[in-house]
Amino acid sequence: MKTLEDLRAIREKAQRELASRSSAAKYRISVAMGTCGIAAGARNVMSAILDELNKRNVTQAVVTQTGCLGYCDQEPMVQVTGPNNVTITYGKVTPEAARRIVDEHILKDSVVSAYVFKQG
Amino acid sequence: MRELSLNILDIVMNSIEAGATRVITAIVESPSRNLLQIAVRDNGRGMSDELARSVLDPFVTTRTTRAVGMGLPLFRQTALLAGGDLRIDSQIGKGTTVIAFMQLHNLNRPPLGNIVDTMMNLMTASPNVHFFYAHLTDGGRFCFDSFRLFSIMAEHDCSIYEAADRARQNFENGLRRIGARLF
Ligand code: FES
Repeated sequence: MKTLEDLRAIREKAQRELASRSSAAKYRISVAMGTCGIAAGARNVMSAILDELNKRNVTQAVVTQTGCLGYCDQEPMVQVTGPNNVTITYGKVTPEAARRIVDEHILKDSVVSAYVFKQG
Repeated sequence: MRELSLNILDIVMNSIEAGATRVITAIVESPSRNLLQIAVRDNGRGMSDELARSVLDPFVTTRTTRAVGMGLPLFRQTALLAGGDLRIDSQIGKGTTVIAFMQLHNLNRPPLGNIVDTMMNLMTASPNVHFFYAHLTDGGRFCFDSFRLFSIMAEHDCSIYEAADRARQNFENGLRRIGARLF
């Protein structure tokens, strides 16, 4: 049985680790989770990204959620911000496309041009 | 939305956008009372009474109310069609509670859907928010605290993605044990 102290220590350790991982991460992946994004399938897109990051043991990326980006017809949308703070916005992302984004953009530094909606 | 778990995701995203650091999701699923109730309570910045009312109105088009709670009128419509309703209780500076209830055995009630994915995605992508999930059925109660993810991370010395993957199993088993109808 863990004491409250133990729990607090675990949480602090995990949060420190997460913070250092996220500052060391090369890429920030963010999934738009506004209402239309969710209705268009953003949750499954995110699940695919999380699954792929886990399976391939990717450590150079962190995943976050954002709200609406304002382009309903392009949902689900995923943004990847890389080194130099350049952001690529992908539109109409399917779970399969999301796996490709992890494989090509995150692991091979190569933008998946077929799904790019906006650059910069 | 095809699944209530997507409505839940939408409501919780409102909470996160309202600056919440604590979000409680509670589901009551009772065949004996013919009730399905979904409550989301946060400690975000809250809304005035006026805003809380207007946020339920699908015809309000001002940008500020659009940004939050665009999905609330939809969710309310779903609840109304399934013999229930949706209420918002909000206090500025304190937080917001959204409660939707409907008849469990109503043909218009959408399935709960993949609540496990919904909760695990939220917990993984917003590790700074403390999430608490409770699910009550006639057969028992299942709870999941996002703190458990950190424990798994510590125990297995793994990433949050792997921790979430391990926790998923645990979550599903817990829901099964109390006889929750997942889909
Ligand atoms: S939620 Fe409507 S465009 Fe994003």
